[in-house]
Amino acid sequence: MNKGKGKITKVSGPLIIAENIPGARMADVVRVGEQKLIGEIIEIRGKDASIQVYEETSGLGPEDPVETTGLPLSVELAPGLLGTIFDGIQRPLAAIEKESGAFIGRGIEVPALDRKKKWEFKATAQKGNKVKTGDILGTVQETSLIVHKIMVPEEVEGEITDIKSGNFTIEETVAEIQGAQQLHKINMIQKSPVRKRRPLKSKIAVSEPLITGQRIIDTLFTIGIGGTACIPGPFGSGKTVVQHQLAKWANVDIVVFVGCGERGNEMTDVLLEFPKLKDPKSGKPLMERTIMIANTSNMPIAAREASVYTGATIAEYYRDMGYNVALMADSTSRWAEALREMSGRLEEMPGEEGYPAYLGTRLAEFYERSGIGLCQASEERKGSLSIIGSVSPPGGDLSEPVVQNTLRVVKVFWGLDYKLAHKRHFPAINWLLSYSLYLNNIKKYLKEKVSPEFEGLRIETMQLLQRESELEEIVRLVGLESLSEHDQLIMLTTKSIREDFLYQSAFDPVDQYSTLSKQYLLLKTILFFHSLAKKALSEGKELSSIEKIRSRQLIAKARFIPEDEVEARIKELEEQIKSEFKSL
Amino acid sequence: MQKEYRSVTEISGPLILVNQVEGVKYDELVEIEMPSGKLRSGKVLEISTDTALIQVFEGTEGLDIGLTKIRFKGKSLEIPVAKEMMGRVFNGLGKPIDGAPDILPEKSLDINGEPINPYARDYPNDFIQTGISSIDGLNTLSRGQKLPIFSGAGLPHSQLAAQIAHQATVLKKGESFAVVFAAMGITFEEAEFFMESFRETGAIENAVLFINLASDPAIERIATPRVALTCAEFLAFEKDTHVLVILTDMTNYCESLREVSAARKEVPGRRGYPGYLYTDLAMLYERAGRIKGKKGSITTIPILTMPEDDKTHPIPDLTGYITEGQLILSRELHRKGIYPPMDVMPSLSRLKDKGIGAHKTREDHSDLSNQLFAAYARGRDVRELMVVLGEGALNDVDKQFLRFADEFEDQYIRQGVSDNRTVFETLDLGWKLLAQLPREELKRVKQSEIDKYMPKESK
Repeated sequence: MNKGKGKITKVSGPLIIAENIPGARMADVVRVGEQKLIGEIIEIRGKDASIQVYEETSGLGPEDPVETTGLPLSVELAPGLLGTIFDGIQRPLAAIEKESGAFIGRGIEVPALDRKKKWEFKATAQKGNKVKTGDILGTVQETSLIVHKIMVPEEVEGEITDIKSGNFTIEETVAEIQGAQQLHKINMIQKSPVRKRRPLKSKIAVSEPLITGQRIIDTLFTIGIGGTACIPGPFGSGKTVVQHQLAKWANVDIVVFVGCGERGNEMTDVLLEFPKLKDPKSGKPLMERTIMIANTSNMPIAAREASVYTGATIAEYYRDMGYNVALMADSTSRWAEALREMSGRLEEMPGEEGYPAYLGTRLAEFYERSGIGLCQASEERKGSLSIIGSVSPPGGDLSEPVVQNTLRVVKVFWGLDYKLAHKRHFPAINWLLSYSLYLNNIKKYLKEKVSPEFEGLRIETMQLLQRESELEEIVRLVGLESLSEHDQLIMLTTKSIREDFLYQSAFDPVDQYSTLSKQYLLLKTILFFHSLAKKALSEGKELSSIEKIRSRQLIAKARFIPEDEVEARIKELEEQIKSEFKSL
Repeated sequence: MQKEYRSVTEISGPLILVNQVEGVKYDELVEIEMPSGKLRSGKVLEISTDTALIQVFEGTEGLDIGLTKIRFKGKSLEIPVAKEMMGRVFNGLGKPIDGAPDILPEKSLDINGEPINPYARDYPNDFIQTGISSIDGLNTLSRGQKLPIFSGAGLPHSQLAAQIAHQATVLKKGESFAVVFAAMGITFEEAEFFMESFRETGAIENAVLFINLASDPAIERIATPRVALTCAEFLAFEKDTHVLVILTDMTNYCESLREVSAARKEVPGRRGYPGYLYTDLAMLYERAGRIKGKKGSITTIPILTMPEDDKTHPIPDLTGYITEGQLILSRELHRKGIYPPMDVMPSLSRLKDKGIGAHKTREDHSDLSNQLFAAYARGRDVRELMVVLGEGALNDVDKQFLRFADEFEDQYIRQGVSDNRTVFETLDLGWKLLAQLPREELKRVKQSEIDKYMPKESK
């Protein structure tokens, strides 16, 4: 008989029910069957516990043993996370490959982090220091880009009685702290339950933009550092490309990319491409600041549910060190579907479209893990976590529950439009649909760091684009010729805004990233041309002669000007525009 | 000794409930002996204490309570596989139906397979030449890609799939190639059409066919694509073969899934399809791919007919979220008599940019296809405008684009069912059509490319 173990009474897909598990607690991790598959308790009724299993359950049956580990689902946090690709429950895929080959087998137990590797620990705290949770004991150069800070774990407080620099594995003791009751031996590894958020000491309001180098995002629909955004869009509208662009170029220190129920080949693409890409600031491979969680659509569904939490917890850990971290989740719809499937199997009363009634709460909890603020520590240390989630609404229908519940909590909405995608206008973010609620927060930053005029340009651009959509209606009915010359000029300018500014190639080495000052200069030039043209029209000049102005061709090519030349060449261009208008 | 149960307590739709069982495992294969002595197979969908819920692949007609015998096989559904499966025809569960003897299995494999580790995948960036301009030129297919055909009732998707199957080659030579064909719930004529076309072209030698016809049991269809993909994985990753898998018609597969889900009284998702439809489809489609260090590959072309040509219907919608693009057939072009009626604007191949270019096809491929897209889109806009405003409202440039769009459909998209164009012929044809447009309108191609590839006489 299996002593100290419960036994299975029912198996239905990824859900099993087991009875009499000694010491079973809600949300604890259990080991199921002879293969010791990993599962988590999600419901307890009397002696029965419902368990979601993170691996394929075929071959399990009644009477198979179940034992609890007594711990909630946790991630391991220590040097060695960066540059690694994990599955939804933090098993490194490279290690799984070594263990079971090209296909993912079952019941594989691999440590999340390398236990043998020695890291060079440099103590920064000293013997005799009084420390509490979150205080930094020392540092490890994890990659050439990132210094990993070893912090005092939760619920530890006291005086350092011993600390030493040197080469250690993550399990070796690097410091000893004498607490009120006991002596704590501290090594470099921390465990943190994934479903509980790691708290900040205090949150502060968003005040700086997260610069992504994507013109439509940075100029029109900015996301703040520590903010949240969502990208809903039908398939083929370029959600994933936008997410990849952000992961590549966002001005954060660390990127955690969660591929949740998406394509295997896409993850492979990231895996093969990121090591080759260089960070625009430091010139180091981007992989050195990236952590990937890949739970592709054909991997077990329960682990998909866990993957976003695994990602969030790792992201929060780096935030606690005082870094700016961005978490990308692609796609939250697949995560919501995993919730729905488990809920259905638990025979819960369904809410809208079969999703569980708690969908909204779960989404809100997830996005609320974002924020900028002071980290838990004695010193003042600022860290931030920004979350960008993509949503894949069925049929591109934005009224469905996942989109609607997401919109209630996020502050930025980048609505992708398949019509733009069909015209091969990328990023296919619809400018009439999208919004950002951070524009007020970052006003001051833009004014001081870029230009006092930037905001005015943005407002004018949005007005023109809005006007264009009204004019388009008329053109569709009666043709372009029936518009007044002033309106035709607006159409001419907005075409330039769309094609020469909002359109951005993700593949062109220069165009794929624009600094804020380049964005400002590009937009300024287009609107400068517009203002001169407007003046010329009212002075009685013909629109057709304005259309023939040669510098228009140069405006169209301005987005390909390299960053270091942009200021001088835009200045030249402005002079040329001026003189050409004069000689009209 | 295997235990035998006679304790069937409930028969409903494709499902049966068996009581007082012992030691039964989830997903286990079940053998069902009917009162007449005939054998059927099924699998365990749910097991609780001593009750097993079983899905019967061949349907439940003729089963009864009392005489029907149930035997649990202690393993999940496996099929025997061997290289000699090539050239043979099987039913939807992998049993030979061509009259020839059973194959000598080299191995027996679980039809559910295991997910490919994303870390072990190799990126699909080898161009496959299908000989069809609207695919090769604009939405190219790569090895290891999954690219579905979204079609509608009455459109020639079968011809197109058959044409791709026998024309598909890669630009490198000397590699073995096979087609695995899975038919789910299609009509006898359609299946016969494929077999005939394989026979005619000799492709049958390298083809493995799994046939579940409309008259065959609907539940068997749930196993058919899995059986076919298991065979494909064996050929690709153990026998170094490049396998093209054609799955037709995925809509029928999903209907069967819905039937089982309804019989289990599950909470339905959109349009009554089960909430796990996405995951279920992903388990099939994601079996396509390449693996680092293995020579073979699996390229999948699922075909599905969109109910009412509606792209937002759950089946095409979820498929589009999993696959790497889609080829969409247009009823409008079909009515105009253009074959293949490829609607190139909403069609998309996500892997296009990585499979083409200087060392793969030709340096101008990417720019040229973008230019063709842009020009054709403009031509179609002009065509719409003309409907509203009449031809008089068009200026000369508009008219040129209109003519371009017409000729593009007539010469570039249209081609014969046995017209096998090389990618270079396709590219040159694109340049020839662009030659009639004013140079200053061609913004997506570089001047150097125009100099090099545009036909001389029109420069």
